Amino acid sequence: MKLWKKNLMLLFFVVILVVSPLVILKNAEFSGADEQAEEVIKEINKDYEPWINPLFEPASGEIESLLFVLQAAIGAAILGFGFGRLSAKKNIGSENK
Amino acid sequence: MKKKNEKRALLVSIVIAVILGIPVLNVYGMHIMEGFLPPVWCISWGALCIPFLVKGYFSIKNKIHENSRMVLILAMCGAFAFVLSALKLPSMTGSCSHPTGVGLGTIIFGPSAMAIISSIVLIFQAVLLNHGGLTTLGANIFSMGVAGPLATFGIFILLKKFGVKRSISVFTAAFIGNILTYMVTSFQLSIAFPDIEGGVFVSLVKFLGIFAVTQIPLAISEGLLTVIVYDGIKKYSTNELAME
Repeated sequence: MKLWKKNLMLLFFVVILVVSPLVILKNAEFSGADEQAEEVIKEINKDYEPWINPLFEPASGEIESLLFVLQAAIGAAILGFGFGRLSAKKNIGSENK
Repeated sequence: MKKKNEKRALLVSIVIAVILGIPVLNVYGMHIMEGFLPPVWCISWGALCIPFLVKGYFSIKNKIHENSRMVLILAMCGAFAFVLSALKLPSMTGSCSHPTGVGLGTIIFGPSAMAIISSIVLIFQAVLLNHGGLTTLGANIFSMGVAGPLATFGIFILLKKFGVKRSISVFTAAFIGNILTYMVTSFQLSIAFPDIEGGVFVSLVKFLGIFAVTQIPLAISEGLLTVIVYDGIKKYSTNELAME
């Protein structure tokens, strides 16, 4: 099997895995697992107060998602650059042979 | 001389880890949110990470020294972790969490290098994204940058020894590493917050229910994506990866 065909198939699986919860669980909130953990901590120990506050909190959910997108974009850019460079260098090498 | 420095640094870091990590050693615990881990635990988990960070620093230094192309591949592994840990994906439990993305780098560079890469990702998220936290950094580095990669590496080597197909080894290793990371997170929280009646074990079940179960479909996704990128890198740099 060609590599791109295999990759396309694997990517398809990933899409199914991500989309199916959204389709199957129509009424779920899809809140963060870390928020749920906070709730359990408060349930176990009612008196627990976070002993330190975060340095800053994003002004809104939109700003927070902007920052997450920025992180993913930086990563994707470097990955793309890397693949381009790896494949280009390989071709240059084979021409010289 | 160089080797001697490396050994000395490693030794010092292990001593610090043992002294400060005693509370954790005595108990025989998504990233933990800022302020949600009592200070003793923050210090202990942080201390336990130090030897791995020191080892990782030298490991990266040596790998890069061997071959300049490895710098590029290392950057790509870091970038992969960046992308994956920014993707909060929905899961069958009706909540969201995100993969870690450290499996790829572990398979190519070994577990200790990923302690460094994970720290970079976690610091970025703690400072700029208000995700995780600076005080919980040590605990989070331990789960994502030490425990997860160690599991991934162990599984990968084991499957390779048994002659399992490469794609399947990569997938399984990344999958297990992801799950284990979140199991360790659950463990870290449960020993810091034992249930009043049932103790650590009851808490552990509660936290595992949140973190580990949510993580199963995400771990599968991470495994598949790791295979895709690993194959891609392997295709263009067979020589470099052969040196692993």
